[in-house]
Amino acid sequence: MASFILNGQETTADVDSAMPILWVVREKLGMNGTKFGCGIAQCGACTVHLDGQPVRSCSTPIAEAEGREITTIEGVSGPEGELTAVQRAWVSEQVPQCGYCQSGQIMSATALLRDIPQPTDEQIHAAMAGNICRCGTYTRIRRAIKVASGQLEPRSEEA
Amino acid sequence: MNDMSPKKERSTLGKWSRRGFIGAGVLAGGGLLIGVGVRPGNPIDKLASTVAPGDGEQLVNSWVKIDINNLVTAIVPHCEMGQGAHSVLAQMLADELDAAWDKVNVMQAPADGSYVVGDTARMFLAPFTMNAADWIEPTWDGLFTQMAKLADAMITGGSSSIRTTGQHSMRVAGAAARKMLIGAAADEWGVPTGEITTRDSTLFHEASGKSAPYSEFATAAAEQPMDHTPVLKKPSEYRLMGKSKARTDIPDKITGRADFGIDAVPEGADLSYAAVVRPPVPGTSVESMDATRAKEMPGVLQILNMGNFVAVVADSYWQAQQAVNTIEIGWSESESPIKTMDDQFAAFAAALDEAGATGGKEAAAKGDAPGALAGAATTIEAEYKAPYLAHAPMEPLNCTAHYKDGTCDIWTSTQVPLMARSEVAKTVGLSADDIKIHHPYLGGAFGRRLGAEYVAMAARIAKATGYPIKMIWSREEDTQKALYRCADMNRLRAGLDDAGKLVAYDSVFTQRHDPAEACVPAMYNIPNTSVRVAEAELHLPFQAWRSVDHSQQGWFIESFIDEAAHAAGKDPLQYRLAMLQEAPRHRAVLEKVAEISNWREPTADGVAKGVAMVESFGTIVTEVIEVDMSSGKPKMTNIWAVCDAGYVMNPDGFRNQIEGGIVFGLTAAMYGELELEGGAIKQSNFHDYKMLRINEVPEIAVELINSGDVPVGGAGEPGLPPAAPALTNAIFAASGTRIRELPIAKRFA
Ligand code: FES
Ligand code: FES
Repeated sequence: MASFILNGQETTADVDSAMPILWVVREKLGMNGTKFGCGIAQCGACTVHLDGQPVRSCSTPIAEAEGREITTIEGVSGPEGELTAVQRAWVSEQVPQCGYCQSGQIMSATALLRDIPQPTDEQIHAAMAGNICRCGTYTRIRRAIKVASGQLEPRSEEA
Repeated sequence: MNDMSPKKERSTLGKWSRRGFIGAGVLAGGGLLIGVGVRPGNPIDKLASTVAPGDGEQLVNSWVKIDINNLVTAIVPHCEMGQGAHSVLAQMLADELDAAWDKVNVMQAPADGSYVVGDTARMFLAPFTMNAADWIEPTWDGLFTQMAKLADAMITGGSSSIRTTGQHSMRVAGAAARKMLIGAAADEWGVPTGEITTRDSTLFHEASGKSAPYSEFATAAAEQPMDHTPVLKKPSEYRLMGKSKARTDIPDKITGRADFGIDAVPEGADLSYAAVVRPPVPGTSVESMDATRAKEMPGVLQILNMGNFVAVVADSYWQAQQAVNTIEIGWSESESPIKTMDDQFAAFAAALDEAGATGGKEAAAKGDAPGALAGAATTIEAEYKAPYLAHAPMEPLNCTAHYKDGTCDIWTSTQVPLMARSEVAKTVGLSADDIKIHHPYLGGAFGRRLGAEYVAMAARIAKATGYPIKMIWSREEDTQKALYRCADMNRLRAGLDDAGKLVAYDSVFTQRHDPAEACVPAMYNIPNTSVRVAEAELHLPFQAWRSVDHSQQGWFIESFIDEAAHAAGKDPLQYRLAMLQEAPRHRAVLEKVAEISNWREPTADGVAKGVAMVESFGTIVTEVIEVDMSSGKPKMTNIWAVCDAGYVMNPDGFRNQIEGGIVFGLTAAMYGELELEGGAIKQSNFHDYKMLRINEVPEIAVELINSGDVPVGGAGEPGLPPAAPALTNAIFAASGTRIRELPIAKRFA
């Protein structure tokens, strides 16, 4: 029996302790926002926070989360579902295409901005290079992170 | 054609017009139903049941619903795979309807024959050809044609959603519905229709001060005569088209709420999970299997030998995958003589040798290319090689299937829900009517999800086990055992006159699918052109890959044109301009990209720019890429693109697609390669089938030109083809290294 805090809630799951966090949250706890992309820590689609640090949940056994705090995309917004600055910037810059990688991108960007409120391009690249976007939204991700950190103005809709 | 259903009070079915088909009927509960682009004879009443109105809702037509709160729902027949089609199609419909944009919802049409995308099918049946290029032979045996023939033509592909469904169906539906609402209001208010105006989902009669929301007249509108060819707005009248409206699917894609195929959770079903292993070498099957270890593993429920694949069904996908990995499988011998990529290229070379200087099947011919080559002052020739590529959509292939009591429910990400349905019907022996396809968002597709073999596999597993199952392919399965962009080899020759002008062009290659014109440099004024196909067998199964033939042909052609420019000692951009005297749109695009990229300004040592231009899917795209070779390896430092799609419906959405197409094309150019070992693919996951990452992608500036009065061009694919040649041309300009075999990284490893 694994027990941990998931998005602020005390949670237990009766699973093999070697089962990756990804499959525990998706299949056993019914939270589908965290995505499977590669299973070998290469793409970042499965990124969640473990005690605030971004980890690849496909390659992190649930045993490592014992007594710790897991945050998934479902847990980043405010208590009333208010969007975070990162999510708002993702809307203003119209970042997602298929959207499949974006939970992971947002989790990585959220951790980055908490550690470095006004990151440079190099710092953005260092934090985000583990997240593949097959649709190729990288330039928008970079811009959205700068919008979220107040370094750029958001895009206007009528342009 | 008038009697549709006895249950209906009244109905009228229109005739096929140039724009398609319009039919209308009155719903039993009141309200009007209009279908546009529906096949003749297709029962409109069937739409009414599949898009059943909720309580208090009235169906105004098959593409629009208006509820009691005056909320408009656009029913979109295409899948949303990241291309933004849902939003743009709704924008087009809402504009013609004069609906309030903040009260417009989008709903994906169910997988039902009534939603067949007829225009899309016809476009593929009569492949889109560039103006005046009637000397190009159409590919009647092309992939899309075959699919259209199956009449399973609910297709999302070919950058066609806006060009066909949007222009010919959604706008017509919106305009027709608006006209009928006006007619109903005019009758009720006793005023001429010409005095009624519409805006924000409201009808106005200025003189009397009357106004009413659309919902008030939705039922009465059904009694109005239907206009089969309503007048559409002129660009000057657009309120929503041409504006960068925010996409409607984005809010759910930033909160984890968006449902993709892989997220399916059938209500009330206790799901089990399946992992599969397919033949490493195409066309082989299971001969022996030792599952001793797998049987003992926790959570394992069933182990299946399905002949052409092995499956493990377990309590979780993770357990199923671990178990299936332990199974020792003996596969039958492959009959393919091709074991390595050297073998594959040798097979291509043999076919090209046999075709020689003039043989093969003619794809396009103009003037006398052999004669002009013989008489040219200078000739150049080159051989180009393109590798096999995987689509690698971010969401691995998956399908959830529930087979029970002679019915089968399917949840999957697909570009072809109707084809998936008939494939399932065939495989499990049910009639199509007993199969329900639920198809949520696609986590990318790029052509991969035009195939539906994975859907049939899941249905077979569900039938064999009796469990509702979710089958997920590992990334390794997806990389190694899927369907692929073909490899190819192209031998090109060019003849230049004394002034360096291109007077002869000859190209012979082995693979031709779609679109027909992809292999021809038709936009340039080259007096003598010969393009030939010398067919050769592919070892790996083919599947259309974003931009299809343009993906390799764009690179072949635009690289070789660049070679010709350098052979002539001319600036490559200027050289192209000189061949575009009679192509003002192409010229304008090139001139614009020269301007925004400062093409004519000198660059630092080791830094240079490359240019390429490809017209595909109705859109002309020119790209300039700047590359820094000072470290000895290519580093992209800037990308500029200029596009002319005729008219762009949503500029920001269009730019996003072009940016994505560029990154997709550059990923393939830099890293894309599948190698063979013993006939099986060596690469397996993102560590060796590499993708560009954020740190490798510089800023991309995209400018749009609305040259108007031409058909609206596509967005999803046209950004891709010029990317690879712009990069390899830049590398040549910076370093003198001409890349004639992709991927680039191999050369600089
Ligand atoms: S699924 Fe975990 S990094 Fe790709
Ligand atoms: S938006 Fe599709 S993979 Fe990133």
